[in-house]
Amino acid sequence: MSIGTGPLKASPTLKDVGWRERFDVKWLVVGVCVVFVVFLAAVPLFFLLWQSFFTPQTSAKAAEFTLQNYATAYGSWETLKLFSNSVQFAVGTSIFAFTLGTFLAWLNERTNTPFKALFFALSIIPLIIPGILFTVAWILLGSPKIGIFNLLLQNWFSTDYVFFNVYSMWGMIWVDGLHYSPMAFLLMTAAFRSMDPSLEESAMMSGASMYQIVTRITLKLVMPAIFATILILFVRTIESFEVPALLGLPVGIQVFTSSIYQAIHQYPSQIGLASSYAVTLLLITTVGVYYQSKLSNQGSKYSTMTGKGFRPRAVDLGPWRWVAAAFCILYFLLIVAMPFLVLLWSSFQKFYSVPSMAALQNLTLDPYRFVLTYPTLTKSVWNSLMLSIGSATLIMLVTSVICWIVVKTKTPGRWLLDNIASLPMVFPGLVLGLSIMIFYLNFDIGIYGTIWIMFIAYITRFLPYGLRYNTTTMLQIHKELEESASMSGASWFTMFRRIILPLMKPGLVAGWIYIVIVSIRELSTSILLYSPGTEVISIVIWELWENGQYVELSALGVMFILALFVLVLIAQMLGKKFGVKEH
Amino acid sequence: MLSVKALFTEYPNDRGQIVRAAQDVTFEVPEGKLFTLLGPSGCGKTTTLRSIAGLEKPRAGEIKVDSRVVYSSADNIFVAPNKRMFGMVFQSYAIWPHMNVFQNAAFPLEVGIKKYSRQEIRDKVMRVLTVVDLDQLAEREATKLSGGQQQRLALARALTMEPALLLLDEPLSNLDAKLRERMRFELKRLQRELQITTVYVTHDQSEALALSHEIAVMNEGRIMQIGSPREIYERPRNKFVADFVGTTNFLEATISAVETEPGRYMVESPIGKLAASSADVLRAGDKVVLSLRPEDVELAERAYEGPNSFHGIVDAKVFLGEYLDFQIKVGDRTLLAKAHPSLRTPIGDKVFIRINADKCVAIPDSPRA
Repeated sequence: MSIGTGPLKASPTLKDVGWRERFDVKWLVVGVCVVFVVFLAAVPLFFLLWQSFFTPQTSAKAAEFTLQNYATAYGSWETLKLFSNSVQFAVGTSIFAFTLGTFLAWLNERTNTPFKALFFALSIIPLIIPGILFTVAWILLGSPKIGIFNLLLQNWFSTDYVFFNVYSMWGMIWVDGLHYSPMAFLLMTAAFRSMDPSLEESAMMSGASMYQIVTRITLKLVMPAIFATILILFVRTIESFEVPALLGLPVGIQVFTSSIYQAIHQYPSQIGLASSYAVTLLLITTVGVYYQSKLSNQGSKYSTMTGKGFRPRAVDLGPWRWVAAAFCILYFLLIVAMPFLVLLWSSFQKFYSVPSMAALQNLTLDPYRFVLTYPTLTKSVWNSLMLSIGSATLIMLVTSVICWIVVKTKTPGRWLLDNIASLPMVFPGLVLGLSIMIFYLNFDIGIYGTIWIMFIAYITRFLPYGLRYNTTTMLQIHKELEESASMSGASWFTMFRRIILPLMKPGLVAGWIYIVIVSIRELSTSILLYSPGTEVISIVIWELWENGQYVELSALGVMFILALFVLVLIAQMLGKKFGVKEH
Repeated sequence: MLSVKALFTEYPNDRGQIVRAAQDVTFEVPEGKLFTLLGPSGCGKTTTLRSIAGLEKPRAGEIKVDSRVVYSSADNIFVAPNKRMFGMVFQSYAIWPHMNVFQNAAFPLEVGIKKYSRQEIRDKVMRVLTVVDLDQLAEREATKLSGGQQQRLALARALTMEPALLLLDEPLSNLDAKLRERMRFELKRLQRELQITTVYVTHDQSEALALSHEIAVMNEGRIMQIGSPREIYERPRNKFVADFVGTTNFLEATISAVETEPGRYMVESPIGKLAASSADVLRAGDKVVLSLRPEDVELAERAYEGPNSFHGIVDAKVFLGEYLDFQIKVGDRTLLAKAHPSLRTPIGDKVFIRINADKCVAIPDSPRA
């Protein structure tokens, strides 16, 4: 019997064949994958919902049904404030990041701005500077007391006026907006590129002016992409944790993520309350992701027809192109150079001090010595490496099978499998951490407090990334390639191992490296799940911050950024070699 | 009507190298004629068309429509593409997916310099849509059109503004073979009826031969030959044109004598002495290449009389229904010949050959004549 034809085309004599012959490794592998995915993605969600309606279970008292959590969460003016803070923060940040990113994308794609090479840096920054380090760097730059900008300006005008305060709503929007602007840049660049330039050219040939072309053609065509980008930025901001925790909490600006964190970390911890916040947050992100994917589909309808890819006519900015270039350089300074330099500076100090001639005398390697001999550091590097490499490997292998089922077979219910595996996409990191925590507190198999719970969390969190990378490659593998393997007499397992996996290698490698990079910087899920001995690098940074060890933190941060930089460069090189495009 | 003089267009490619896309391109298109730029991909034909459209800025040269100069490097004139008012059909059609059929076609009238009332726009658009047979589909979403319909809509859109000049960039290359053939007739009929001056870009020689009043064959940025379809096919002036347009047999030869009749020569070739003709002035001893079209190689089982007749052995043959493809061994050379299916000479048998001296075209053996 031939493998890979699926049950629909099976031979009519199937009835007579015993189950032993009918049994196929394929269904075992498929079954294991399905159970795996459902277990990872759906079960924690269920427990999160359950917990939000119940009192915490203790040894003395069983869990009881209650609406008290929601009553506490929604019964006060505090919550209204919380909600409005979250929305204000997310809307402000996404609009700021979008405007900045789109303007830069337009400059890069459609104008003759010089120094376009700088834009290359933009595509890798979100990967090499983790959110927590970016936020810390901006505290060193813009805090009212020790921020370099304030001190310089105060010195300049000899005043003690605070020019710039990152500990405020505007400060939070500024820092997070800058941090997410490269993402907007990448998404809008893709949107501009996927548009057939002849759509604009034909408008020009019709006699339309520049303004008419932009308003009636370009903007109309990228409109779905614009909404999708703003939505995804909104979702990313409302679930971001570092900026609200480091900048908002000290001055009492609470958003959902920081409230969840606080509810867990107060004594006694209020898991039920955290869950009800988490459910609300989850609802918001689900709606956001749902509409975003709908818009993206609509957008691709607009970009199906493409011509022979003549490069679009660059708009000649004339002398303005130098203004544009200056803008790009300023942006580069704000987003890469200054954050990194301020960390570098502080990493060579004994105690943190603002750059000055006097401080220059005190350069020292002590912070590096301290960090390198810090007891938890070696352990945390080891943990981070194991977790990221382990989860990346497992995710890529499992999702390759899932993708095969979804893309290549006609198995009923495969769309459901696809959706369940993509489910973790809507989970904010903190909410996922909380759900998994609740699940293993109630379902004690002895992994709570070990590295394994974090491993499970990482796999769940990054499953959708692997799925996306593998789907792209899987779609390019022609069905006949595996059919001819079956015709040559290969079993399903042999076919998968010898044909599918080697053909998917570029996508597998690219996805693997991407997951290693994003998981090695993971903070918001780990922060609820770690315990002494299972710290990861970002947790060590967090702890150093809490202890006020800024110079040591900077030293660790500098080394971390350099290591990530090398990783990203390797990824880019491999990507070029295998012809895989980052997305 | 359209005149392009000494046009040079260059642009940097992705790696920053300069691509010489159009080199010293010069031609004239008379009022109401269809002029084709024909050549392989990368020969500069599309760049030349885009330079006429104004979508590329040439480095040097002059482009004039009637007395209106739209580009001149000498006088530093560059009219923006949206001020030229030329109609253009793109290879991808560039139909705007967010508008319906009517809105697509009406766009040039809405944005142009001349202002029209709603009623005027409606009348003009519907008239053009009727011409391309899309009037029934005016309210349809542009994304719901078939390939052929999109192509006709692109054409309608280019025609609504009643342009002085129509530019077509490989308009048929995205259609399937059957449809392409039909649209070829349609296009020809429309162009001849509307008498609109047209520049047409294609890499498909049969399209060029079928549609054009005049063809310019381009290679590596330069025009290799300009002429009517018949001239291009029957009297290629260089090896590139003979090879690119149609199939042909090439034989290196040497001029042995100049005949009294002008343009007639005797040549010494690997298959013997032949009478040949050439549009170039040649002298005895000149090296030439002979181009013999397979359909001009006459075959028979009985010996021919007169000049340019000889014989060979049938090496292979392929039956193609309307005709037969023969490969004939003559000495150590193989000639391709097209014969009527009634010729049934078996493989290995002797076959007699004759070539009309007019069809035996001698091309001077240098890369650029």
